[in-house]
Amino acid sequence: MQQTEVVEICLLAGKIMLQSGAETYRVEDTMVRIAQAFEMENAQAHATPTAIMFAYDITAPTHFVRIEERATDLHKVSQVNSISRHVSSSQLSIEEADKQLRQVDQQRDTYPTWVQLLAAAFASGGFTIMFDGQWYDFIPAVIVGGIGYGMMRYLHSVIKIRFFAEFLASILLGVTAFFVVQMGWGLEIDNIIIGSVMPLVPGLLITNAVRDLMAGHLVSGITKGAEAFLTAFAIGAGVSIIFFLVR
Amino acid sequence: MIVEQLLVSFIAAAGFAIIFNAPRRVLWQCGVVGMLGWFVYTLLRLLVIDAIVATLLAAIVVAIVSQILAKWFRTPIIIFNVSGIIPLVPGGLAYDAMRQFVENNYDQAIPLAARVIMLSGAIALGLICSEVINQMIRQAKWKKYANTYDRRGLSRF
Repeated sequence: MQQTEVVEICLLAGKIMLQSGAETYRVEDTMVRIAQAFEMENAQAHATPTAIMFAYDITAPTHFVRIEERATDLHKVSQVNSISRHVSSSQLSIEEADKQLRQVDQQRDTYPTWVQLLAAAFASGGFTIMFDGQWYDFIPAVIVGGIGYGMMRYLHSVIKIRFFAEFLASILLGVTAFFVVQMGWGLEIDNIIIGSVMPLVPGLLITNAVRDLMAGHLVSGITKGAEAFLTAFAIGAGVSIIFFLVR
Repeated sequence: MIVEQLLVSFIAAAGFAIIFNAPRRVLWQCGVVGMLGWFVYTLLRLLVIDAIVATLLAAIVVAIVSQILAKWFRTPIIIFNVSGIIPLVPGGLAYDAMRQFVENNYDQAIPLAARVIMLSGAIALGLICSEVINQMIRQAKWKKYANTYDRRGLSRF
């Protein structure tokens, strides 16, 4: 039966996009477009950060997928986007699209972990300079930022509760920064911490949340906002603990 | 001084593009978008324009450049947007606000927190502004060429 297969592709495409941090409207739009390419004129899609609902017709049974994990993987978003383009211009059959989507779903990160670590480290250094820090603090920020981001990645894989992983990672980041400054390798602890905390800060999430709210996707906007607030709180609290201890 | 700011903002934006797994072929473009946004921001700040207005204008520039690049490379706009706004995100202020909260200086923390909210609002507003303009242009075009370019998807409902 063709219908089941089309619904399956739509849900898979939507799931990959949501898990990779695509905007809500794009997820819904992609699913509806794929469905319309297979003559389902009244397809309905509703996406929130934690679940997708999809029906190929208004009166048809609704299908549902739960989203457990969310990360940011823009390469996957762009791949699914191009697959859906090819489907809508009927260059791809159902089987082909299904195969390609499954491949995308299985894909691992575009860059190896050590490259991402280095990127986070140097971005931290850059932020320290951008927030009016001195070049003397560049290297300390690179080191602390790399350690902080690495800790975050590691703790995320070990601890299932997101909030706690972020909290612990920020404590370790704060301690490292304090240590670096105490040893005389860095000058201003504030600038070093601000720079190195940036790879952990949910800047994307905050902006996406406000964007979703303004665009009328109220449910996803509020959910994303709550997630962003929790993360920001975890980081702020974790980093500030060092000041409690030192004072 | 502005050269070093451009350099570090490029590094930061491209670094974030790597953290967010942006496709390899558009990596340095992501860095350039971030650099442009930060350039506009620092320039306006040098002209003593308020940080919120500067952020809003910088976000609009980021969004417009991202729209163009997204059309050019046929990728979702979010790839350029996200790395582009990264330098504008008020991480330092958010940190200051949080630190004041934790140290029980609530009266100093609240103005900082309000500023963080205003700044992230300005970023989102800037992004939406250019999106709305883009949509208007697109719809106008499609109405004109409705017969050639009409796809079933556009006229549902």
